[in-house]
Amino acid sequence: METLKSILYFIVFPGFLFTAIAGILVSWIDRKVTALVQWRVGPPFMQPLYDFVKLLGKETIIPRGSSKFTFLLSPVLSLTSITIVSTMLWHTFIMPSKGFVGDLIVIVYLLVMPSIAIILAGFSSANPLSSIGASREMKLLLSYELPFIISVLVAVINSGNEILMGNILMFQNNNGAIAGSLSGILAFVVAILCMQAKLALVPFDAPEAETEITGGPFIEYSGTPLAIFKLSRWMLLFVLPLFLVGVFWGGFRIEGIDLLWSVLKYVALLVVIILIKNTAPRFRIDQVLKLFWGPITFLAILAVILAYLGV
Amino acid sequence: MGFKENALKRSLWVFHFSGGSCNNCDIELLDCLTPRYDLERFGIELVGSIRHADIIAVTGIVNRQCKPRLEKIYKQASKPVFVVACGACPCTGGIFKNSYHTAGPLDEIIPVDAYIPGCPPKPEAIISAIVKLRNKLE
Ligand code: SF4
Repeated sequence: METLKSILYFIVFPGFLFTAIAGILVSWIDRKVTALVQWRVGPPFMQPLYDFVKLLGKETIIPRGSSKFTFLLSPVLSLTSITIVSTMLWHTFIMPSKGFVGDLIVIVYLLVMPSIAIILAGFSSANPLSSIGASREMKLLLSYELPFIISVLVAVINSGNEILMGNILMFQNNNGAIAGSLSGILAFVVAILCMQAKLALVPFDAPEAETEITGGPFIEYSGTPLAIFKLSRWMLLFVLPLFLVGVFWGGFRIEGIDLLWSVLKYVALLVVIILIKNTAPRFRIDQVLKLFWGPITFLAILAVILAYLGV
Repeated sequence: MGFKENALKRSLWVFHFSGGSCNNCDIELLDCLTPRYDLERFGIELVGSIRHADIIAVTGIVNRQCKPRLEKIYKQASKPVFVVACGACPCTGGIFKNSYHTAGPLDEIIPVDAYIPGCPPKPEAIISAIVKLRNKLE
């Protein structure tokens, strides 16, 4: 009975199926808002689902000279890690007291996996453009990971040295959101910028750069593996803002009217992402590195110092 | 018609192959994606990689330099893939018909699913061709 329950937990709610449906919805919102910003009508409601189903029905090509195992493994790696992150997040949202020590660290660690999967995908597909994309993705990962971890550290310090996700949520329930303090808001801004880079959206989309390296690491993918990659990107777009709402902005509460408020917070964060995406030009990869290791890391460290001083 | 075919019909991704056109058809093709015509309404997207494509839109007479590349690209595409001849040039040869560098109309090189006449065709004509292609898929 217990095993059946946990399997259901992983596959239906809040695991794979729920996250996938939510991800499809969120990616539609992304495309629709983008269209509205550009004064277009935009795609119909079911569009991402059509894209996904169509890709499942297409031929899968494995390019000659590629590493077949890695080529097919990387989309699955990306999908499973996001599913686990989503399950853990919702688990703590629903039952904040039932985490394990250090689940915050595990979540931060698992959030790196999609980028690793993209790097593997790019290097295994035997294509010069996808290799360039993968190497850019690697630099991007190196640049944003440091400030991201430091900004999460601010939430840990502010909530009284808690590395339990559930306790951070509880702390925010009692004392107000982390982003309410000066150090918290600084860390939140840093985390939003890092999230933009994690999602590889404009202005940090150098690894994919449709107009110069035509999709980068995904260039050789077709059919089902491409569908899985797309789905995992959409799921990441759903999960990452949720994580930030959880850590910095008072958590996602399920009971009564709080649910509406939580959804509104989430949608606001999502729209911020989409608006940044639609109004910014693309940074070169060296500029990204300078930006993240220079001003943004400085800002994050400043936030940590302020957090220690209790501001 | 099953959901799978319906999905293919509603999510056609276009790969643009310029086989030696005078560049006018290319501009008209890009016009279709502008806010005024907005092809994304029908789920149509321009993709950069042939592996993602459902439609290969060929513009221009395919010249002798381009012919082997076009054949290679057609083989690289993940099937099912449809070919659209966009403009008078790939349909018949157009104004370049008897030139020294012409490698023949497009349908002598790869099978073609839809023809869009016009030199260059209007964006409306391109949209109507794609709608016809969609109806043909049923
Ligand atoms: S059909 Fe006309 S406009 Fe189009 S490429 Fe040929 S000559 Fe140019």
